[in-house]
Amino acid sequence: MSAAEENPLLDEFTRKEYEFGFTTDIDADKLPPGLNEGVIRLISSKKNEPEWMLQWRLDAFRVWQSMKEPDWAHVNYEKPDYQAISYYSAPKSKVPLGSLDEVDPELRATMDKLGISMEEQKRLSGVAVDFVMDSVSVATSFKDKLAELGIIFCSMSEAIQEHPELVRKHIGSVVPVKDNFFSALNSAVFTDGSFCYIPKGAKCPMELSTYFRINEAGTGQFERTLLIAEEGSYVSYLEGCTAPQRDENQLHAAVVELVAKDDAEIKYSTVQNWYPGDAEGKGGVFNFVTKRGICETRAKISWTQVETGSAVTWKYPSCILKGDGSIGEFYSVAVTNNAQQADTGTKMIHLGANTHSTIISKGISAGNSQNSYRGLVQIGPRARNARNFSQCDSLLMTDTSGAHTFPYIETKNPTAHVEHEATTSRIGEDQIFYCLQRGLTEEQAIGLIVNGYAKEVLNKLPMEFAVEARKLLTISLEGSVG
Amino acid sequence: MLKIDNLHAQIGDTEILKGLSLELGAGEVHAIMGPNGSGKSTLASILAGREDYEVTQGSITFDGVDLLELDATERAVAGIFLAFQYPVEIPGVSNINFLRTALNSIREQREEAPLSGKDFLAKVKACAQLVELDGKLRDRSVNEGFSGGEKKRNEVFQMAMLEPKLAVLDETDSGLDIDALRIVAHGVNSMRGADRSFLVITHYQRLLDHIVPDFVHVLAGGRIVHSGGKELALELEEKGYDWIVDAQATEQA
Repeated sequence: MSAAEENPLLDEFTRKEYEFGFTTDIDADKLPPGLNEGVIRLISSKKNEPEWMLQWRLDAFRVWQSMKEPDWAHVNYEKPDYQAISYYSAPKSKVPLGSLDEVDPELRATMDKLGISMEEQKRLSGVAVDFVMDSVSVATSFKDKLAELGIIFCSMSEAIQEHPELVRKHIGSVVPVKDNFFSALNSAVFTDGSFCYIPKGAKCPMELSTYFRINEAGTGQFERTLLIAEEGSYVSYLEGCTAPQRDENQLHAAVVELVAKDDAEIKYSTVQNWYPGDAEGKGGVFNFVTKRGICETRAKISWTQVETGSAVTWKYPSCILKGDGSIGEFYSVAVTNNAQQADTGTKMIHLGANTHSTIISKGISAGNSQNSYRGLVQIGPRARNARNFSQCDSLLMTDTSGAHTFPYIETKNPTAHVEHEATTSRIGEDQIFYCLQRGLTEEQAIGLIVNGYAKEVLNKLPMEFAVEARKLLTISLEGSVG
Repeated sequence: MLKIDNLHAQIGDTEILKGLSLELGAGEVHAIMGPNGSGKSTLASILAGREDYEVTQGSITFDGVDLLELDATERAVAGIFLAFQYPVEIPGVSNINFLRTALNSIREQREEAPLSGKDFLAKVKACAQLVELDGKLRDRSVNEGFSGGEKKRNEVFQMAMLEPKLAVLDETDSGLDIDALRIVAHGVNSMRGADRSFLVITHYQRLLDHIVPDFVHVLAGGRIVHSGGKELALELEEKGYDWIVDAQATEQA
């Protein structure tokens, strides 16, 4: 008898449909599929970009053409046909909006389904939201309040128009165009994303938040995010993602660059629940993302991620600890269920002296999924007294899922102090039975146990996100013990 | 309130319970004693709804309901509580959060309103006092880093919080020093009442000095082979189990 027949709950929940599987019926201005110089020129002109931006894109495209899609990750998927993707899709009702009331009602309904009533967020939690729907930023709130402090928080397109000198100086400075296949592709075709600039000494008084959503069938989403924190400034940035259910795979190749100048601190949190595909592995998002930050003297960058979605994830938010005394942190919970595959982790590149990094990774594998942690800790020759602590835990929910750990440690300085701990455990039937005996349902039991396991990471999330993340963990794993 | 009739149960191909019959009235305390491997813990697990065991024959009714038709959660909702012999650790989940989730889950399934934060905390305070449970233990992760005695006290604390109709204590005295034993027994004794029954499974008579049972049963070879009053426990302490088990064997032959 199979596990599914034995356990009707498992059966019920593995067939549970993706909760956010709806599409918004809005007229989209969409390019036909295909990628060539003409398409890039068209994207650039549609966005009314300056000549240097277009040249940058074209250079990137040429670089990309000479590159090969990487296949070293522990994932298997059919490589996308890059000529079958449409590289631009923008909602047609594109008028400058003065207030939320002017937002298209359809779009508002979408936001409501996502549970991010912007007004409520504005009122209750003090979160400024830059809502990105299919590549074009729709509405940005709290701009005035931030402007008083000299903080710029806008879409990337807007930044290219309004603050070209800042964009030009920093774009590609942390993730070079030729860094990898996907970063080169993104550099050529990115359509929008977020831009954030925190001036010297400013402490951003609220969590900055962006919701991304892939809406149009067959469109890739290529966001470009650039976040610059000047000397002594502080910002906490949240990013949440949801995609509607589609049968074909959708490509998501984003690039995020963080620049933390001397004594600056950036906290970057992500909750990602893009469509993971169905139980057999049909459909779902390919999430191939390059995220990296650079820390100057005594600066600190902290990445926190809760990854429950996407069919295939390839993502390594990293820190280049360039300045002396700088700090890098990576806190991650990655959940895979059914046929999902994740290869995720981080790179901590210690260049400066007395640099510290901490890595806490919690993988949870259910169904037939494969979940890999891949991390590099590199201590350069100049990095005296560098320290790293890494902890990589894996929790297996089923016999048929896999957990893998690929830690790489390279030290070129004898004073370095590097610690690595790793554990793999099965979710205990004894733990579940104990909970059931106390009157908890199986879903409650799994939710509680898994949230307890991931607590160290969840505690790093800002409050508003922690609640959503806890729910997501439970939803992604309901009935998945086998 | 609980009636077990001719219960046969096995794990894999090994039959462990071989025709066990037992009846508990409301408000009664029954002790089950017996040699190692006689099926005492199996009985506790089956009552609580553990699925590793297969019941092949016989029946269990609880308040007139066929218990074997209910899953573990439903049994907890119906008022069955098992104090585990080896309480498990749940890292990262605070004792308090765990109990609140449990209590409100039971209330929800009974179609009762959830307990307010204030009422819940008042209840926690009262119940913790009952077993002298340290405030720190209430806030720590469930059983994580608890000593053997603290784990058992925590079980009785949870029992007090959930107010079951039938409490099954599976070797709650194992691993307890005499002080902890007294505390645990005090907790149990203060919960005794006309509408709450206890099934106390133990290996040693000493627990029964503190929790005085109404009836004592000897479980051997998967069946109740002898029953008596509280004085039977003393007799067993003195003479061991062999005389009963042997007599039973002779009788059967």
